[in-house]
Amino acid sequence: MEPLIEVRRLRFCYEDGALALDGVDFRLDPAETVALFGPNGSGKTTFLLHLIGLLRGEGEVIVCGKPVRRENLRFIRRKIGMLFQDADEQLFMPTVLEDVAFGPLNQGVIPEEAQKIAAAMLAQVGMESAAGKAPYHLSAGEKRRVALAGVLATGPEILVLDEPTTFLDPPAQRHLLDVLRSLPQSKLVATHDAAFAAALATRAVFFERGRIVDSGPVEEVARRHGWRT
Amino acid sequence: MHHVVLDRWSRGQSWIHARDARVKLASALALLVAIATVRPGVYGPVAGSLALAAIAASLARLPVWGLLWRAGLVLPFTGTFAAMSWLSGDAERAASLVLKSYASAFSVILLLAVTPFPALCRAAEWFRVPRILILLMQFIYRYLFVVSEQAQHMWLAAACRGGDRRLRFRAAAGAVAVLFARSYQRAEGIQHAMQARGFKGRFEALGGSRFRVADLLFLTVALLLILGIRTGGGQAWNR
Repeated sequence: MEPLIEVRRLRFCYEDGALALDGVDFRLDPAETVALFGPNGSGKTTFLLHLIGLLRGEGEVIVCGKPVRRENLRFIRRKIGMLFQDADEQLFMPTVLEDVAFGPLNQGVIPEEAQKIAAAMLAQVGMESAAGKAPYHLSAGEKRRVALAGVLATGPEILVLDEPTTFLDPPAQRHLLDVLRSLPQSKLVATHDAAFAAALATRAVFFERGRIVDSGPVEEVARRHGWRT
Repeated sequence: MHHVVLDRWSRGQSWIHARDARVKLASALALLVAIATVRPGVYGPVAGSLALAAIAASLARLPVWGLLWRAGLVLPFTGTFAAMSWLSGDAERAASLVLKSYASAFSVILLLAVTPFPALCRAAEWFRVPRILILLMQFIYRYLFVVSEQAQHMWLAAACRGGDRRLRFRAAAGAVAVLFARSYQRAEGIQHAMQARGFKGRFEALGGSRFRVADLLFLTVALLLILGIRTGGGQAWNR
């Protein structure tokens, strides 16, 4: 079975010399959801940014059979939908509907169709009533769901979620979990929340100082590294 | 967090808001040309243009005083040049400079307050404004929001710790440096999010504009009024 994502010996240093990734090997198979655990600064977000070509390091990153290179970025960004840690950074258009339609419009979808897609995605995450609102008037949970709708509107095969439960209260976390579980896409979830990961993921890997140091069932990885709350 | 009010105003529901962005841009340009071509020492057409813009703002159900106040932002800049003209003995030119710049700023702010920015950019594209200029405008406009938001966060954080608005110069200079560093970081995050969703360097708009009879009516009336003020009534006021 060909993996959706394959990463080999990925290494990356920031401009200040900080080594963020130090030889990461990783594989995501179809229908798999993998949780990324690890302390702050261990390289999880840096790793995720490499998957959609927002950062470039040494080594090899292959998404749906194509290496992450400039000429493949359009293809890869259609395949991977990324939900960023800070929803405020992801919601940059004046209204919720326009924000969700941003991806389809950039894919060349005609405005009428993009509007239909956006409305459908908002309905999927239970935010259809917010279509005409300004994103900054939403609560943290609502922003996260709208950001997710914006990602889903691009029709990705893989969802990459960076700390999706940050700033969310327990009901909002549960709601997000329900939405995510209903989605058929393969997922990669960087999180500190072991319970959330256990409810969503089939496998977990543990990042430490830019390396994956452990991999296995979510509960076991969490227990081995004291990642239980 | 509240954002730049112009963006909120531009989403209004008035008859003027509903007009095609192209006719509003064309009318605003005509008004700016009318103001710019008035001779120094002739105040009537400029005052007439300002009055026309204020009436339009009122018809668009916008807070006219708020617009008048914001247009004043241009005065410290043009006031400097006006003062230089005044000191060199050309009081008429100085007064014209202040009045014309103020009326022009008011017209531009009014245009932004009745037209959502993406629609305005589409109109500029229709008028064959170079793409690079439009892109620059879009990014400046968008990052104004970023800087404004960061400034509000910092002001709140300072206020929570007993800071007040009258910062000493050194503290204020430091705060500005931090503000730009934070804004840069934020802007980078937004850029990543945009790229991740396939941004190609152009903000596509959802609603396509359609030119209607009402737009033609608006443009005709606006141009006739501007022409009238520029060539007739306003001049009479100066005699």
